Formats: sequence, structure tokens, C-alpha cells
Amino acid sequence: MDNFGRQAVAGLRVLLALTVLTGILYPAAVWGVSRLPGLHANAEAVDTTSIGIDREGDQWFRTRPSAATLPASGGSNKGERNAEYDAVVAERRTAVAQREAVAEDRVPEDAVTASASGLDPHISTAYAELQVPRVARARGLGEDRVRALVAGHTDGRAAGVLGEPGVNVTALNRALG
Amino acid sequence: MSSTAAGLVQVGVLLVALAVVHRPFGDYMARVYTSAGHSRVERAVYRVARVDPESGQRWGTYARGVIAFSFVGVVLLYVLQRIQSVLPFDFDRGAVPPGVAFNTAISFVTNTNWQSYVPESVMGHTVQMVGLTVQNFVSGAVGMAVAVALVRGFVRHRTDRLGNFWVDLVRGTIRILLPVAFLFAVVLVATGVVMSLKSGVTVDGRQVATAPVASQEAIKELGTNGGGVLNANSAHPFENPNGWSNLIEVFLILVIPVSLTRTFGTLVGDRRQGYVLLGVMGTLWSLVLAVIWVAEAHGLRPSEGKETRFGVPSSALFANSTTGTSTGAVNSMHDSYTGLGGGGAMLNMLFGEMTPGGVGTGLYSILVMAVIAMFLAGLMVGRTPEYLGKKLGRREVTAAAVSILAMPTVLLVGAGTAALLPSTKGALNNPGEHGLSEILYAYASASNNNGSAFAGITVTSDWFQASLGVCMALGRFIPIIAVLCLAGSLAAQKKVPETAGTLPTTGPLFATLLGGSIVLVAALTFVPALALGPIAEALL
Repeated sequence: MDNFGRQAVAGLRVLLALTVLTGILYPAAVWGVSRLPGLHANAEAVDTTSIGIDREGDQWFRTRPSAATLPASGGSNKGERNAEYDAVVAERRTAVAQREAVAEDRVPEDAVTASASGLDPHISTAYAELQVPRVARARGLGEDRVRALVAGHTDGRAAGVLGEPGVNVTALNRALG
Repeated sequence: MSSTAAGLVQVGVLLVALAVVHRPFGDYMARVYTSAGHSRVERAVYRVARVDPESGQRWGTYARGVIAFSFVGVVLLYVLQRIQSVLPFDFDRGAVPPGVAFNTAISFVTNTNWQSYVPESVMGHTVQMVGLTVQNFVSGAVGMAVAVALVRGFVRHRTDRLGNFWVDLVRGTIRILLPVAFLFAVVLVATGVVMSLKSGVTVDGRQVATAPVASQEAIKELGTNGGGVLNANSAHPFENPNGWSNLIEVFLILVIPVSLTRTFGTLVGDRRQGYVLLGVMGTLWSLVLAVIWVAEAHGLRPSEGKETRFGVPSSALFANSTTGTSTGAVNSMHDSYTGLGGGGAMLNMLFGEMTPGGVGTGLYSILVMAVIAMFLAGLMVGRTPEYLGKKLGRREVTAAAVSILAMPTVLLVGAGTAALLPSTKGALNNPGEHGLSEILYAYASASNNNGSAFAGITVTSDWFQASLGVCMALGRFIPIIAVLCLAGSLAAQKKVPETAGTLPTTGPLFATLLGGSIVLVAALTFVPALALGPIAEALL
């Protein structure tokens, strides 16, 4: 045990030394570099358009359902064979169909399923298109004008192949004002 | 371009990037663990710690160093969480409760990074940086040190010395993990990953938590740790905002485990020995990726638990890579996967984390499996098996068997007991087979030091905190001790010359034998349990 004790003391000293390097200097250096101008969108290095928060009201584009209870982010963690959750999804479908005044079979899947983070800023182009007439009506804008804004806030795949395209609801709603 | 085509191109880009990087990076790591000199910073660390970097250690001393270092790490991390209320940047989140602190301390020291807490309301920035980030580095470096010690067992002859644990630990941290993590933390910031010391930002009237994410994100993936800085882990837009950050994170997860096969080949003086391991790892990785991808694309609710910006292809790629490497970070919620898709993720863990496995742990796990495979081949032809010029006698095979059997034992005892406890039913988030899968996944994740979860399961009870903590510790340290014991007895041997009867370990025959052993061991151990969970769900 004496040997183990000596090793533990050496281990503690090594750990403290590495803590200074990796736990203090390293994050401080990354933080410092992150403040360099040009590296990030703004001075705070936080791009809030990457976060989707649902805004109620006909004048807004709606995000996907969220299972997150802020401040905790997260998903529903419901499996696909869960009768209770099937009912929740069916309710959402009915509600979206009513809100957008369309048949239930026109409601896209992402409109009724919760994202992984509960903060997904994107919706599918199909779900955005579904919402265009309602938002245009509520704001007294032409549908073509709204549709152009949607197109302007549609993110394609990064470099043409990475990830999936989607409409950034947060940025779109801000553009609508 | 269709979603599938774009996804396939993305996989191609990833593989090309790994192919380009693994040679120089693998050779660099070989030099790190063999060079004679010490840098100034390293000398300072050795002086502070009062360790002699020139002294070689026997396997027992090396193993005691690993255990002592990890033990001290658990104690320090536990204390740090318990005194959080007096630390800066805690935002009144207060002292972390004892059960959570115990589980988290073991979790991060064992490179599991299982999380039984919600970071946004439990962990302040000081514990994240000074506690969790540090263990993200050093637990990875410990895994690489043990792998290198095992390789030395094959390379060295007639010696009882395996190298110096403190030197391997410090070099792995300072020369490999730290510079690469810093570089990619900055790259991640440039892609939009958050680096903030504030508690949160207001978005459309709601408070959303922020954190110093980028610095921890880089090492969390690079060190195959996987603990989310925020609750949704790499699904959170602040951790993984777009297609670029996602590809970079998957690359970081895979780069060290893949490159270490090159390091291995370089160190044993025959690079084909490394490439045959990589071939087996890559084949199994590809097969399971196909299973998860196809299963998720044909699910009943493919978007549930997935982010729009990732969709099925990028989610399946991430899920396969994170479970094949003992990382456990997630960019989608595995609990919402199909029976087959979630089963694929589970299978990666049940292989024993070697496709390609965690940093260091993947290499030593597949080398142990190679010992088992050669032993089986030896039985078939009635000849004492050899591997890389070393005889595999009773002692070597026993050590390998102990290392292989530790994980299934603690996993099945843990999951079996949990399934019998009446209280468990209330902890599950889904009914039927999927509920059993939640239990099985939790213990598979803990025992293999993965850290991902079918996260619907509520694991805050004392039973889960304690039993999963014990599984993480035993699943980590029994194999490490057995591997170092194996390394010690290999190093003590003289080199046996190759003869006409030696089975070559660079060709397709050996690759088939090795891949077959991995699949067979997992199948023999886990098919009954899998049949009741994911397989039953997939067949419904």
C-alpha cells in the first residue's frame, strides 16, 4: 500500500499540473482567440439565430414541437412503438392541420415530431410552405413576398453535401419583424 | 442532390480526410511515445510531481500508477463538484448532490462521460473547465498510455520494463491531445460553436443557457469522451450548429483511434500489421453504419429526436461513429431510433468498443481480441499460438480472457439485476421491448465506457447512480489491469522466429479470423438479451 500511496501523491501532483494546463490555460486561450474580430459573427461569439424558440401567434412561422423544458435542452426520447406518444403526435397533426387550414395528410412529419435538442431552429421547406398563406394573411403581405423571405432564409447543405437543408425559423421571423 | 447521395459523398469526404491524416498523425504519435527527449513544460511537470521520467516501470508499477492516478482523479472531481457553491461561475447552481457527484466523477475519469445530470442547471463553468475538461484530456491520455504499454510488450524482449506511465500520460496530454484540441476548438468557434462565460442569452424572450462550449467540445470528441457541455449534447445548436461542425466532430471522434493503428504498425516495424486491424475495424464500422442508416431512413417517425440540419444520413453517421468509439456524444436521440437502428448502436458497444474503439482502448481491445483469435486458431491446428513473435501461453491467454469477459459480466449482472428491481419500471420512458432496450443500453454504455444513452430512462435513483458507477469502474479497470499483465508477460519473453508453420497476421485469413472472433464473442454473449430488446422490436 505504501507504493500505492506514493503513486497517489505523484498522481495528485501530475493531475494538478495538468489541470493548470488543460483546465485553466487551455480554455482561457480558446476564449481569448474566440474574441478575435472576424472569427465569429458577433462580439459575444453567440449566434442566437442558431436557436429555435416557438413563437405563438398567426404572424409567426412556427418551429417544430419541442420536448425541452428550458433551461434543459433535449428530446422526447420516445420510441416509434409507443402508443401514448402516437396519440400526442396525432393531436399535434390535428392542431397543425386546423391552424394551417389543410387536410391532415398534408402536414409534414417534422411538424409533429420533437427535435433532438428541443431548440431546432430549422423546419423543412414543406412545413414552411404550409405556413406561408397563414403568415401572409396575418401580416397583410403578399404570399409571394413571404415566399421570397422563406427562400432567403433557407439554408442549403453546407458545401452542397453536409447535412440537410432547412428553413431557419428564427432568422425568418426576425426578418418579418 | 438526394439526401442519400449527399450523405454518401459526406462519408467519402470523411474517409478521404482520415486516409490523408492517419499516416503523418499515426507516425507522429509513434514518435511521441518513443522519443528520448522531454520538452521544457514536461520537465516542469515531472519536477512538480517529483517523478523520474527516465525510470522504466514493471507492469505492476505501471498498473498501480494508472489506478492511483484515476483514484485521485475521482476524489478531486467529486470534491470539486461538492464545493461548487463557493466556486466562481456557478450561477447559484449550488453544490452537486452526492449521488450525481459520485457517478459523474467515475464517469469522467473512466472516459465514459455518462451524464445523470442536466448541465444547464447543475454544472457551473468552473467545474466544467477545471474538472470535467481536465478529465476529458487525461482519461484519454490514460487509455493511449495503456495501449502503448501493450504494444511495447510485443516490441520488447526479455525485459520486465514497460515504460513510464507518468511520461506516457504527460506526453499524450501535452504533445497529442492539447495541440490538436486547441486547433480544432478554434476551428469549431469559426463554424459557430459557442464559447461564452455567461450563464445564458435571451432568444425571443426565453433564456437559453450558454457555456464555454468550444474548448470542451473539441477534446470531448478528440478524446472519445462524449459528455455534453449542454444537455442535448452535440444535438444542441450551440455545440454543433451546422453541417461543417458536424463533419468536423465526427472526424475528431475517429481520428485518433484510426491513426493509432498506423502508430501500432510503425512501432512493431510492420505497417501491414496495423492496416489489417484497421481493415477489420473499418469493415464492421461500415456494416453497422449501413444497418443504422437504412433502418432510420425507413422508420415510422424518422425526424423524431433528430435535428433538421442533420437529417437521417448525418445522424446515422454520428451515431455509428460515437458508439463504435466509446465516445457517447450524440447529435440525435438514440432512444427515438428504430429497433434495428438503436440495436446497431448498441451492437457497436457490445462488440467491446473496437470498431475502431476509444482512444487507446480501441487498440488494446482489438489486440486482446487478436490474442483470442490466434488462440482459437492454435486450438484448431493443435499448435502453440503466436502473435507478433510472442508465444501465447496460459498466462497470456488467461489475461486476454479476463479482459474480454469483464465487460459482459458486469453488463449482464447489472442489467439483469436492474430488470428484476420493481422500481425500474417507473424509471423507463417507453413500454415493452423498447423499455428493456433502455436498461440494456444503459448498462452496455456504462460497462463499455461509452456514455451515450437511450436517454429517456431516469437514472437519478441511488440504485442507478451506484450500479452504473460500479459498472463504469469495473468495465474500465479490470481490462486495463489484465492488459498490462498481458503486456508484462509478453515483454518478458524472447522473440520466437517465424517458421513455415506461423500463421501470417497480415492477410485476409487473419482478418476474417479476427472479425469473426469479435462478432462471435458478442453474439454468444448477447444474442439472448438482444432478442428480447432491439431484435424483438425490429420484428414487430
